[in-house]
Amino acid sequence: MRGAGTFTGRAWRVAAKAALVVALAGSALAADAPSTRVPLPGVTAPAEGTCVEDTEFMRRNHMRLLVHQRDRTVHEGIRTEKHSLANCVSCHAGSKTGRVTGSKDAFCEGCHRYAAVKLDCFECHADRPAATASAAAPPAGGPK
Amino acid sequence: MSRETYSRLEARGFWALAFLGAAVALAGFLAAHAMETSGHVITGMNNQVVWGVPHVFAIFMIVAASGVLNVASIGSVFGHAVYKARAPLSGLLCLALLSGGLFVLMLDLGRPERVVVAATHYNFRSVFAWNVFLYSGMFTIVAVYLWTLMERRMAPWSKPAGLAAFVWRIILTSGTGSIFAFLVARQAYGTALLIPMFLAMSFAWGLAAFLVVQSTMYAWNGLALPADIQRRMRNLLALFVVTVLFLVAALHLVNGYFAKNLAFERFILADGGVYPVLFWGAYVVAGSLVPLALIWRPGSTARDLVVAALLVIAGAFALLYVFIVGGQAWPLDIFPGYTTSSTFGDGAIASYAPSLPEVLLGVGGLAVAFLITVVGVRALRFLPQDDLPAAPAAAPAGR
Amino acid sequence: MSRVDQGRRQILAWGAAMAGVALAPGVTLFDLAHGRAPTEPASSKVRWGMLVDLNKCASDCDACVSACDKENGLPTEKTATSAQWIRKVELKDMRGQVRSLPMMCQHCAEPPCVDVCPTGASFKRADGIVLVDRHTCIGCRYCMMACPYKARSFVHEPTTGQRPEVPRGKGCVESCTLCVHRIDRGGIPACVEACAATGRQAILFGNLNDPESEIAKRVASYATTAVRADLRLDPGVRYVGL
Repeated sequence: MRGAGTFTGRAWRVAAKAALVVALAGSALAADAPSTRVPLPGVTAPAEGTCVEDTEFMRRNHMRLLVHQRDRTVHEGIRTEKHSLANCVSCHAGSKTGRVTGSKDAFCEGCHRYAAVKLDCFECHADRPAATASAAAPPAGGPK
Repeated sequence: MSRETYSRLEARGFWALAFLGAAVALAGFLAAHAMETSGHVITGMNNQVVWGVPHVFAIFMIVAASGVLNVASIGSVFGHAVYKARAPLSGLLCLALLSGGLFVLMLDLGRPERVVVAATHYNFRSVFAWNVFLYSGMFTIVAVYLWTLMERRMAPWSKPAGLAAFVWRIILTSGTGSIFAFLVARQAYGTALLIPMFLAMSFAWGLAAFLVVQSTMYAWNGLALPADIQRRMRNLLALFVVTVLFLVAALHLVNGYFAKNLAFERFILADGGVYPVLFWGAYVVAGSLVPLALIWRPGSTARDLVVAALLVIAGAFALLYVFIVGGQAWPLDIFPGYTTSSTFGDGAIASYAPSLPEVLLGVGGLAVAFLITVVGVRALRFLPQDDLPAAPAAAPAGR
Repeated sequence: MSRVDQGRRQILAWGAAMAGVALAPGVTLFDLAHGRAPTEPASSKVRWGMLVDLNKCASDCDACVSACDKENGLPTEKTATSAQWIRKVELKDMRGQVRSLPMMCQHCAEPPCVDVCPTGASFKRADGIVLVDRHTCIGCRYCMMACPYKARSFVHEPTTGQRPEVPRGKGCVESCTLCVHRIDRGGIPACVEACAATGRQAILFGNLNDPESEIAKRVASYATTAVRADLRLDPGVRYVGL
């Protein structure tokens, strides 16, 4: 996960290209072609058609939406739900683990591993929805 | 020893030195990686002493990088032939020390992988941001300057380039001093006097670093530094050391007169444990008075000069440690007139013990500077050329 | 569906409408007093501030500190390397009289941390809240050198279990956000709420720019102190009885 750069500058273009790869892989998957020899990310989305935007659009552009929302939230205090990271996490957290990271089946990490793009969100952001966030792990980070 | 044997030994020596430098630099890099992975909790730094040993190393190298260019400036700007012959070496050392200092400074960041953000997001009110600009400008200007010195067709441009480098490095060191001069929060900093003080420090430490490298190179090639050059540089070093001593004394005298700063001055100069010991013992006596005695004593030798230069460098580290770490160890005076206490170190002298990773990172920076110097000297033949014929192999300096 | 059911529904609908009419003025008042629509950016017409009354703050009480730790997912263990966004400082004067006050980011109008930050990660929001944008913070700690209140902490270790609304992680500098995530939804900072819950009500939160607000009235009529007033940083946090 580490060392591939951050979501800034150059890494942006890499991320965009990688998203394209994922999108192509995704469409191959959608085209009902079990015979493909291309290994695909093993992530499963929740019920289809319920995402805040078109699936194809999200595959290519989720990072743009997130960065846009992030700047509006941090600097202007606009906390609309639709494109917020918390909203992504609350819907896409794995049904068993309740998280979007931690394994190759997790929604965010699985695909980012597949595309070899550094996932820089969850070092700081909670990778599970609010309800389980406080229950699953006590606040840590204090020196032992 | 035949010429072939000598050159084979010399090559072997070069590779050994280069390997040593690379190994230490790698160790520093790995230490920084450990700091990045585990967090700064593995260093001695904390929320009170936020800058520690890495910053002592980094600021030493950045300040000395500017001063080491002095030699070139005296040659190109003020037209002294003896110094001009040393200008290329001085330029190379400048680049090497600057690289070493920035290596440490960048790898000590909490998010070193985001260092590119410092180039894409700029806050023009920040002294730190100015410094980012000054460092990159310094690299460019010195590189161009070296080119004018080494490419015969560019020779007419060497004087303007030297002048540009001279002006730029004065601004650069002023910028380094301003990092501290602009801090209103802590008693140790926040005075404009730090700007001339940093300039004087850069002159002294840069020249000391130059002298050490120069004499090592002469010894390596079995040459002795001509007496005339020795005398000039010796006097110059003494002058710079005295200037620093004077400005440091002025800083502490004026600060000590301000009643609000009296307790802090007493801490740094008298009862602060390691800090007064380093200040008086390592900086004032070993790092200033002893070198001055070595320089001024009748019959002072070339070896005396090298020892003096080494002591000045050691004293520099001591002074910076007292200035940076000691200045932060003293608590902030947030509520004047009250005795304070809290869970966050209010009213308490902070403890700081450097850990292995941060020391390794600092030494790694020195190794980077060393490696660049060794490779540069060999690849580009930076040895001053003015006295090569007059070279008996016997009694080389600084062995 | 029976006719009775339909009738019930009708009554419920009317009831809801009536309730809406009755509540609407209140809701509007609340909005005017407290903020803005979710899509509206923070405005400089507002300046959030706090007024701490030392006469009501008890030495042995740290309700504000634990509330902050809980709200923001901070470590409860207090060491030299742990993040502390708010702390209780005990002051002893020359007569030996002891008082206690909460110390946190003072949300200066002229914040030194913002001036020194090389990347602009340390910034002041339009409504006066001083924040760190962790996406651009490189962890140089210059702001910690510059803050005269020692209000900032560096995250020295990897973090886990963050609150979804309060992302935080290793290698960045952080400090009191005035619970900006609560303010943006019309709430008040956790420390203020916790202090009120103890019955002491030592911390008053409000809009300093609104002359009708309780905090502005009190600042206008009582002697209040800005900590390190000599530096003229115009902090948004003020103290009574210091």
